[in-house]
Amino acid sequence: MIAPSAYLLLSAILFGIGVVGVVARKNILIILMSVELMLNGVNVAFVAAGSYLGDTAGGVFAFMVMTVAAAEAAVGLALLIALYRLKETIDITELKVLKW
Amino acid sequence: MVNGILDYLWLVPALPLLGVVLNGAIALFAERPFLLREAGLPVPGGLGHGDASHGPSAHGTSVPLSGQHGASSAADSHGHGDSHGGHHETPAYRKLVAFLAPAVVGASFVVALLCVLSLASRPADGRTFVQILFPWIQAGSLLVPAALQLDALSSVMALVVTGVGFLIHVYSVGYMSHERAFARYFVCLNLFMFAMLTLVLANNYLLMFVGWEGVGLCSYLLIGFWYEKQSASDAGKKAFVANRIGDFGVLLAMFLVFWTFGSLSFTEVFAKVPLLRESGVLTTGLATAITLLLFLGATGKSAQIPLYVWLPDAMEGPTPVSALIHAATMVTAGVYMVARSSALFLLAPDTMMVVAVIGAVTAIFSATIGICQTDIKRVLAYSTVSQLGYMFLACGVGAFTAAIFHLMTHSFFKALLFLGSGSVIHALSGEQDMRKMGGLKKYVPVTFATMFVATLAITGIPGLSGFFSKDEILWQTFSASHGSPVLWVVAALAAGITAFYMFRLVFLTFFGKSRMDPEVEKHAHESPWTMTVPLSILAILSVAGGWIGIPAVLGGSNLFEHWLAPVFHPVAAAGAHGAAAAGAHGASVPVHHPAALELGLMALSVGIALCGIGLAYFLYRVRTGKPAEIAKAWPTLYDVVYHKYYIDEFYEWAVIRRIVNGSIGLWQMFDALFIDGIVNGVADLVRSAGGRVRRLQGGVVGGYAFSLLAGAVLLVGYILYRSVVQ
Repeated sequence: MIAPSAYLLLSAILFGIGVVGVVARKNILIILMSVELMLNGVNVAFVAAGSYLGDTAGGVFAFMVMTVAAAEAAVGLALLIALYRLKETIDITELKVLKW
Repeated sequence: MVNGILDYLWLVPALPLLGVVLNGAIALFAERPFLLREAGLPVPGGLGHGDASHGPSAHGTSVPLSGQHGASSAADSHGHGDSHGGHHETPAYRKLVAFLAPAVVGASFVVALLCVLSLASRPADGRTFVQILFPWIQAGSLLVPAALQLDALSSVMALVVTGVGFLIHVYSVGYMSHERAFARYFVCLNLFMFAMLTLVLANNYLLMFVGWEGVGLCSYLLIGFWYEKQSASDAGKKAFVANRIGDFGVLLAMFLVFWTFGSLSFTEVFAKVPLLRESGVLTTGLATAITLLLFLGATGKSAQIPLYVWLPDAMEGPTPVSALIHAATMVTAGVYMVARSSALFLLAPDTMMVVAVIGAVTAIFSATIGICQTDIKRVLAYSTVSQLGYMFLACGVGAFTAAIFHLMTHSFFKALLFLGSGSVIHALSGEQDMRKMGGLKKYVPVTFATMFVATLAITGIPGLSGFFSKDEILWQTFSASHGSPVLWVVAALAAGITAFYMFRLVFLTFFGKSRMDPEVEKHAHESPWTMTVPLSILAILSVAGGWIGIPAVLGGSNLFEHWLAPVFHPVAAAGAHGAAAAGAHGASVPVHHPAALELGLMALSVGIALCGIGLAYFLYRVRTGKPAEIAKAWPTLYDVVYHKYYIDEFYEWAVIRRIVNGSIGLWQMFDALFIDGIVNGVADLVRSAGGRVRRLQGGVVGGYAFSLLAGAVLLVGYILYRSVVQ
């Protein structure tokens, strides 16, 4: 029996890697992947907590997150392709149109 | 329909308003395009585009517009009176206006007359009819309906206003026949009638104030009727500003009245006076404040010291306007208001004294100015100021009936004098300087005869209207409880001066050798019937108008006093009709003076007037060189009087310059520095703050993600911290 704190640690590490990827990387594809990593880090925490508390709600929430993540990935990749056709680049530092 | 004709009282002001609407439509849609086309200007589609007057010079055409005095009118031999205009075919709309404008006023007079007759058939203490038209203002405890009131006082005023007004409208049709802006003139004149009737028929102070402001507006519009002339538009502004000072007083008085009585309606306020007096709410100080503020308004509207200066300048307007607004009706509004509020004035002895003294001083002061004026209309203007002073003197000594009586007779003979002078000016192609008149008797016989009658009336020759009213004032000044012999001496002296300058005017104008320009003399002619008929009717009224107020001592029954008694002596009238009639002068005479004294004073005042006439005859008929000698003997005195005691210059220096300088200071210090400083300062602050905060929005998505993260970390950290602390 692995201690619940170990699952939470794993979850935190995965989430942390994801955060660093989102903030630090320039490639939009990598950023999207990092977002997925963050979501799955959260999933680990949900499932672990659900198992530990004997409550199925944790597992149900993990499925919820997965479906949302799938939808997000689909939309995100579609945006990525559209963006590439427009700008010929997927470097996020090149996209400064959000400035005033 | 229970009140018969009285239910149609609203028609009295409504009919002139109808005239305003109809004539206004004609002025806008017929006259204006016509005049613009005639001046060679494009007719704009939009309305209210008022640069027609600048057109001719800008376009270099030579079409003389109305009222352009000067070179063009001198050459134009048929430029009549004040109204100079070239010949042109009479468009149909002018005939319509010439019919409509007097017709609505005439109809209004008929309705007013029927209403008054209906009112007179009621018993004396039931002669107050109030007609509520519609609820006007409802705000908290302030309830002001638009209501009309016809009682003994307002019926006198309504009849004088509509009657004299109708005659002057008819006269105007003839006098203004050469005027271009014919419809515009009658729109203003009808609007004036509407406002004046609102003023005199209003049932509360607020509605009266609406009329009060309305007549002020019309006065401004009509004084500046020939607005291309700088002096005319200046005079209009002067009248407006001087009146504004007085109106401020009326407004404050209204606030005080509402604060004290909780109502603005005449009937309610005056009914509450005894009650509030007893309970100590209405102290003498409060009554003094209210009445002094009301009187400030009256000095503005009725041209008393210190605000009289606008009236002589108001003579820049067309002469019928001077007759209607600045002699017969509007300027008497102040007297009407004081008389209307007599219940309040009687509670404030200090105010009564102020009113009497101001009236007496104004009467003699402006009379002396009248001696040296050479412009025929200005003499009459100062005479009007002087006569209004008489009316206020009467009010101030508590003789409100005498004041209203003089108001009525004065409106007859002063309107006649003005219209007569207008007829003279008309005959002389616009000449107003009496030094260039003389010997006019044979050219304008009707004008001469009627004006002579009016002069006799204003002088106070026994038997004519002015005698009865003026003598009533003089007697009351001497005998009434608020009066004093000193005021009597001043008033009697003023009467003598009045006789002198009025006969000077008549002698200079109608008698002696002609001093006219030969070119002008060639065209001198009597006026058309539309002008002479009103003159004749007014002459009859000037003679007979006083017969309704013959005092008891001369064997009359003073019907006028009895008619007004319910308004001014409600207690006496309600208590015993006989008692008020027996005491010849109603409730205001505590002691009985012997009839011989009254007759003696009467003879004395007539004697003083005759002395004035004699002096005028001596100086201007017998020894015609003498006036110039006298002027030479006392050059300083003559100079000061000729320049109207330099009052205008004094005001310019003491008040206007100060206000202008103060305003400039306020503009530069307060407005430009303080107000603009606040506004611009806030804008600068926001802009510079924005300039700094702007840098946070770098546009790099990573940056946004980082701030998102930082926010989340802070939030989570805070929640953790809270849970750890607890």
